[in-house]
Amino acid sequence: MDFLTLIQVLDSTVRLATPLLLACLAGLYSERAGIFDIGLEGKMLMAAFFSAAIAAVTGNVWLGLLAGIASSLVLAALHGLASITFRGNQLISGVAINFLAAGLTVLIAQDWFKQGGRTPSLLTDGRFEGLEWPFAIGPQDAAEAGRPVSQLMKDANPVQQVYSELISGHSILVYLAFLAVPATWWILYRTRFGLRLRAVGENPAAVDTAGVSVVGLRFAAVAICGLLCGIAGAYLATALQAGFVKDMTAGRGFIALAALIFAKWRPWHAMGACLLFGLLQAVALRFQNIELGPIVMPVQVMDALPYILTVVILAGFVGKAVPPRAGGDPYVKER
Amino acid sequence: MEKMPKWADVVLIPLISLALAAGLSALVILAIGEDPVAAVKLMVDGALGSSYGWGYTLYYATNFMFTGLAVAVAAHAGLFNIGGEGQAMLGGLGVAVICLFIPWPHWSLALLFAILGAGLFGAAWAAIPAYLQAKRGSHIVITTIMFNFIAAAVLNYVLVNVLKPASSMDPASARFSETVHLPSLHELLAPLGIAFSKSAPANVSLLVAITACLAVWLLIWRTSLGFEIRAFGKSEAGARYAGISPVKITIIAMMISGALAGMMAINNVMGEAERLVLNATEGAGFIGIAVALMGRNHPFGVFLAAILFGFLYQGGAELALWTKIPRELIVVIQALVILFTGALDNMVRIPLEKIFLAFRKEAN
Repeated sequence: MDFLTLIQVLDSTVRLATPLLLACLAGLYSERAGIFDIGLEGKMLMAAFFSAAIAAVTGNVWLGLLAGIASSLVLAALHGLASITFRGNQLISGVAINFLAAGLTVLIAQDWFKQGGRTPSLLTDGRFEGLEWPFAIGPQDAAEAGRPVSQLMKDANPVQQVYSELISGHSILVYLAFLAVPATWWILYRTRFGLRLRAVGENPAAVDTAGVSVVGLRFAAVAICGLLCGIAGAYLATALQAGFVKDMTAGRGFIALAALIFAKWRPWHAMGACLLFGLLQAVALRFQNIELGPIVMPVQVMDALPYILTVVILAGFVGKAVPPRAGGDPYVKER
Repeated sequence: MEKMPKWADVVLIPLISLALAAGLSALVILAIGEDPVAAVKLMVDGALGSSYGWGYTLYYATNFMFTGLAVAVAAHAGLFNIGGEGQAMLGGLGVAVICLFIPWPHWSLALLFAILGAGLFGAAWAAIPAYLQAKRGSHIVITTIMFNFIAAAVLNYVLVNVLKPASSMDPASARFSETVHLPSLHELLAPLGIAFSKSAPANVSLLVAITACLAVWLLIWRTSLGFEIRAFGKSEAGARYAGISPVKITIIAMMISGALAGMMAINNVMGEAERLVLNATEGAGFIGIAVALMGRNHPFGVFLAAILFGFLYQGGAELALWTKIPRELIVVIQALVILFTGALDNMVRIPLEKIFLAFRKEAN
């Protein structure tokens, strides 16, 4: 494996880690506030469909992004209604939301576009294009030199390869996702809102005693979760791929959940976990079976590795993962 | 004093929730530009109007009985087993191993051992999350979700690398031999002089599923183990005080649950496909959640809810065939049922309790 191949694998790691990271941070806000959310998958799927559908109809990817976020927020509100207002089972509500999204997206896609449950392929304006950084090798240089980008890249020096392939050329949502990590850290650990949010996930009664609304805080957390899932879904359909296809999230919401546990509900660790799981996906995409000396590692092992790692972490063999203490419990005010 | 009579809790609330789900589904059908009344008529005709329709309805219902019972048994122990899908996949592997590698003299013997094999594989797959929950406190919902994905990878690997015949491109096992063919309802009912559709997949597994419903009822309400399971599910602290071992109950309840989910494979793998294919379970493990919620975790309720969902599945397939309503409508209905009977239970319950209290005050 040469250096450029390595850089290309890392590049696709970043692309594949982005939706995981956005969904993982989404789950982080929700679960830190004491609301379990196994409906990340459903919210992403819904947002993926609506962003692709609106982008396809209007030809404007930003309108698509807004539509995706709005649809994800609707599902988040439903989750809030069920688990905060009516104090229902948060896990069951999440399951219902996943199915609702899986069914409704195909149903509406079929009704609107009649293409077997998918949206039309998005053209240039309907997608988030890669941002080309200054001095990076991109399509423009290729046109000037009259050679394809891949060849220019091959001839470039390693620093230029890293810069052009790995750092430059991603869509704006990728940079947004990675900026969201320090932002989340800052909000959680350096603002009053963040302190209260963490407190409401550990001991809602204390927050209530301090005169802060538990319901309000939890709804805010669920809404932020919806917003980030919406961006994650829109990224899937309008940046990573060009359009919506049935079940396109393919378990990413659950991998994000796994990453959240892996990271023990901390933002910087979440980024590490998502990059690791993204790397696994990138490697599985690029190489089918990996030969490690005499042992051939089948591709299915790579597919299952995020889940296996999560179970191992949950089992506490590599440091115990302790969730927010009030997670999953509806809060009942004393009467 | 109870806020409302038991019948209201057991019958009225599920029915109201179902009505809400049906109402919203009708709105969805209207939004697509189809007629909900015509759609329901088509579903009833397609699923219940002929022995062919019944054959499919009961075939699906058999799957859902097993997975619904699986969720219900775990729920009695206060555990949410969301891993029925993976356990049913592994059950399929168990059935395939039994049917492919042992030359059975007769289907009945093969069925007996297939039930054991499916149950054993399913139970083993549920035992690991159960052990981790009981001993290490790993949240069983998350671990069983993870085990669904791991099961899919395991099955994929085994089918592609081990069970796939060398000449075949399809990731599926070889066809089982003729001798392990399970009699369909057509073959079972013909000696009794009842004509039943030849091409419908409902088979003798239906009887096994009904037996399982009975067995679960006996287990939960007529044995001391069942009592311990229910006690543990109601209050872990109370159960511990009564000398019930939380570790033992968690593991046993989950293994029974996994075994039931695994046993679904005698219906879909042995009875219908007669070979192991990828994604043989088709989401039946998840429908078990809706079935158990709808059936209030009671075996008889599960039985009825399973038939209801069998009807929805077969009716939905008919809709997809004759109208422009896609099959995914059933997924939406399933989601709404889970939402209303599970997550939004209080939305129905609290107003209803108020109504009953108001009536009671007037009566006094």
